[in-house]
Amino acid sequence: MGPPDAILGVTEAFKKDTNPKKMNLGVGAYRDDQGKPFILPTVRKAEKIIFESGLDHEYATIIGTPDFCKASALLAFGDNSSAVQNNLNATVQGISGTGSLRIGGSFFAKWYTKSKDFYIPSPSWGNHTPIFKHSGLNVKSYRYYDPGTCGFDFKGAVEDISKIPEGGVVVLHACAHNPTGVDPKPEQWKEICQVMKDKKLFPFFDMAYQGFASGDINKDAFAVRHFLEQGHQIALCQSYAKNMGLYGERAGAFTIVCGSAEEKERVMSQIKIIIRPMYSNPPIHGARLVSTILNTPDLRSEWLKDVKGMADRIISMRTQLQDNLKKEGSSHNWQHITDQIGMFCFTGLKPDQVERLTKDFSIYLTKDGRISVAGIASSNVAYLAHAIHQVSK
Amino acid sequence: MSLFQGLGFAPVIEVFDLNRRFYADESPEKVNLGLGAYRNDDGEPWVLPVVHKAEELVVSNRTLNHEYLPICGLPEFRQAATRLALGSESVVIKENRVLSIQTIGGTGSLRLAAEFLKQKLHLDTVLISSLTWDNHSGIFKATGYSQVNEYRYWNPGTKGLDLDGLLADLQNATEKTVVILHTCAHNTTATDPSPQQWKQIVSVLKERKLIPVMDCTYQGLVSGDVDEDAYPLRLLASDGVEFLIAQSFSKNFGLYNERLGNLAIITKDSSTIDEMRSQCEMIIRRIWSNPPHHGARVVATILNDKSLYQEWKDQVIIMADRIKLMRKMLHERLVNLKTPGDWNHVLTQTGMFVYTGMTSPQVKYLTSKFHIYLTKMGRINMCAMTTKNVDYVSKAIHEAVTTQ
Repeated sequence: MGPPDAILGVTEAFKKDTNPKKMNLGVGAYRDDQGKPFILPTVRKAEKIIFESGLDHEYATIIGTPDFCKASALLAFGDNSSAVQNNLNATVQGISGTGSLRIGGSFFAKWYTKSKDFYIPSPSWGNHTPIFKHSGLNVKSYRYYDPGTCGFDFKGAVEDISKIPEGGVVVLHACAHNPTGVDPKPEQWKEICQVMKDKKLFPFFDMAYQGFASGDINKDAFAVRHFLEQGHQIALCQSYAKNMGLYGERAGAFTIVCGSAEEKERVMSQIKIIIRPMYSNPPIHGARLVSTILNTPDLRSEWLKDVKGMADRIISMRTQLQDNLKKEGSSHNWQHITDQIGMFCFTGLKPDQVERLTKDFSIYLTKDGRISVAGIASSNVAYLAHAIHQVSK
Repeated sequence: MSLFQGLGFAPVIEVFDLNRRFYADESPEKVNLGLGAYRNDDGEPWVLPVVHKAEELVVSNRTLNHEYLPICGLPEFRQAATRLALGSESVVIKENRVLSIQTIGGTGSLRLAAEFLKQKLHLDTVLISSLTWDNHSGIFKATGYSQVNEYRYWNPGTKGLDLDGLLADLQNATEKTVVILHTCAHNTTATDPSPQQWKQIVSVLKERKLIPVMDCTYQGLVSGDVDEDAYPLRLLASDGVEFLIAQSFSKNFGLYNERLGNLAIITKDSSTIDEMRSQCEMIIRRIWSNPPHHGARVVATILNDKSLYQEWKDQVIIMADRIKLMRKMLHERLVNLKTPGDWNHVLTQTGMFVYTGMTSPQVKYLTSKFHIYLTKMGRINMCAMTTKNVDYVSKAIHEAVTTQ
């Protein structure tokens, strides 16, 4: 038997629990304040538009549709992106974030001659390692999370990154680090960027939460855009699972910013050879929704509001959780709950405390103490605080 | 100085290059007989009316959301897809001896099969038919199989199946070799074994303990009858063989870009199902994590509703019949023109394509003089033939064959 997937296994166990107070803080999927999946109003509108336009279902090209790819690149790099204007971005549709990472991993394993070493932050999304290993890469790590402060180990990260041999690929979470919720500050990003330039390291960005972290798509893309401005060639994986709520429609994009428009053509041709024997060409429905939203001015402005709404609710839940823990009389420092950002919070709880949370309170989360803040509601945040206090006092 | 400076261009993929050249061609008479997609008699893509109906139901259903599907996909789709392949009365289904997984199209299904067999069962040798879909070898090579070899399939002398060659090559295969077979409408040759010949093939597969992977891309489009077209699948199942089915729903539902497929793994022992599922989930997690909703919902809606299912079967017959009509019309014209050669295979071949038997210079001539696009092996997509262009195409073939 394969081991149960750490994250999805949590949901399976949650489903079987009959306790009416149960909470699923496992999978990183957004929930509204009633604990229900949230279908963005803009997505509903886009679906109606697509259905009524009577589009056919002919094969998209291997790389997806041009308007989806262009809109994705501009979303990430900014509407005035010189990389896009100069046609330097080799952008393809990927099967959400996972598929985009897989294309990237396979491409680098095959064509990036300087190194087969990918350095991921410690900790990182659990699926990074299997995806990159299966693509044929060596997966190493650099220090990232400081369990002492429940914050960013900036010194450790810079030290480790500085030691990476020339050509090494450094995987960076653009915003809303998964699982810790701990992001570098802008000045820290600038320094990491400079170190990587000096050491000639390749930045490979994973951006699964643009808009979701701060509520502002431009702010969340700061690191990506700064690295580009400073002259790095970068790779970028984007997902629309969270920021458009399109989890099961599998819309994402993979980009390499190339040295020239001519090189971009060569890179595209090789990316196609990777995609074709995997699944031939991508599923169009989610991409059409994304493209409709991003390329229709009214829908785009509305979407920006929708995504800010989600981010604001999460920020509010962080604040309420922290307040409730104070009310419970917890003596611990819970500052990190509001310092951290995005979908997740690394509570700092130990595995045995996590187990008690699940066994005694029917609260489901991953063993590393990560909770999905998006799964908290105003109706149960007090219960959660109470439970956390009970297992940690 | 860029990091990818030394990177060369990848070889072009033939059908997409054909498309590119076709779209760039400004001739008003151009005809694209390359890519295997169905067209109506106006040469337009056809969204099946029943698909449109199902889409309306899906879009207007406010209880549906966009949450992640399970790793293995939508259960209602997987079960219905497997019933379609094996028949709802199949003993394999009744005895819970089939694992079904929703995949990203037929390609995703083949890739998952290749990965599963290699990584979990440590198989490393695959036999594909000569003159097969070019991506078959691509998929298995990309998965890392060290032995990707061919078995004989086409007899150019008889313009038919080389059964003796096929059986001999299977006989000589080592145990546990993976063998990719086309369930119906063989792509490229459009030539299928008869039921009797299938029995002989299955017998050798069993004897030599080979692992059949049945590529099932055109179910329904050959005879118009989904059960008839699935004959070899039912034969393998009733004969107690352990095998895999890689189904595509691109052609028979016209859902090309929604990427809907199903991998069915048939086992002798139902207790192995859970283990196989968990191993497949591990593989999927590293490639696409979980599959897309849309196509699966549409097809599940159709297959699980009695009257929609009947509507779909009727529309499959429309497609199959139009293809047969085009074959008839092309054949008639070539005979009337007295085009040299025996063109009977235009009538007897099955499915979307005709493997014309034309030579390379003849194919080039068709494109350069007549702006007719077909693969360099001389395969033409009959679905792209219409009552409006069949005269033009017949005359072009006649001239190519007589002058080149």
